[in-house]
Amino acid sequence: MAELEAGTPARSRRPLSPHLQIYTPMLTMMMSIAHRVTGAALYLGMLLLAWWLIAAATGPNAYGYVEWFMGSLIGRLILFGYTWALMHHLLGGVRHLIWDTLHGFEPAEREMLALGTLVGSIALTVVIWAIGYLAMGGPR
Amino acid sequence: MSERAQMRTPLGRVRGLGAAHSGTGHFWHQRVTSVAGIPLTIAFIIIVIALLGRSHATVVQVLGSPLVAIVILLFIINMAYHMWIGMQEIILDYVHADLLKLMALLANTFYVFAVSLAAIYAVLKLSFGV
Repeated sequence: MAELEAGTPARSRRPLSPHLQIYTPMLTMMMSIAHRVTGAALYLGMLLLAWWLIAAATGPNAYGYVEWFMGSLIGRLILFGYTWALMHHLLGGVRHLIWDTLHGFEPAEREMLALGTLVGSIALTVVIWAIGYLAMGGPR
Repeated sequence: MSERAQMRTPLGRVRGLGAAHSGTGHFWHQRVTSVAGIPLTIAFIIIVIALLGRSHATVVQVLGSPLVAIVILLFIINMAYHMWIGMQEIILDYVHADLLKLMALLANTFYVFAVSLAAIYAVLKLSFGV
């Protein structure tokens, strides 16, 4: 134990294994990073859901303020990003669940799954927003 | 590696819980909540779209109706646990200084409890209309 503690300064001088910056960006790697980033974004996005629900429970004025903010350009951009993050993380999660069954690890399958996550998340986001605008009776 | 293996007691090896004393529990719970999250997320999106642009009175009525309220509560609880595990994983990956790591882990727990309890409270208030 004493040896371990005494060895701590030496530990910092040991060579580190190569990290992100040494690799050429690849689609599978970018989608893996995107999965974590979207997860963290959705973590903060839960604040928006809580705000919406609390405002609805508070009264018409509070709810009107949320509606105004969400309907503004910045609000819509945030919600659009939220939708994409949700779809990307959902499809990325499905990809992980497929991997958990020990399927989809072949090179071509990995690329297909990564591409499917990216294209699928964008497509689903556009579809959801199209349905949303239709439900509201056209863009406002 | 072999030296380390020899330092573990037979009981420790059999338990297989590792340094965190919880084994693969969080890994499995993350999978359970991710599977549950798929239908709950789809239901959540449908509810949100259905309420777009509706009046406050309508929103209150719909969010407070039993089926919708139960689905949203399930969504919040499921996602709160999922994101608590996820953020803990991120913190353990990137934050190595002891005190900072401890504070980050605590902040994660406090944030998840606060934001999810606030959302749950709002749904319950809408449901019971106090």
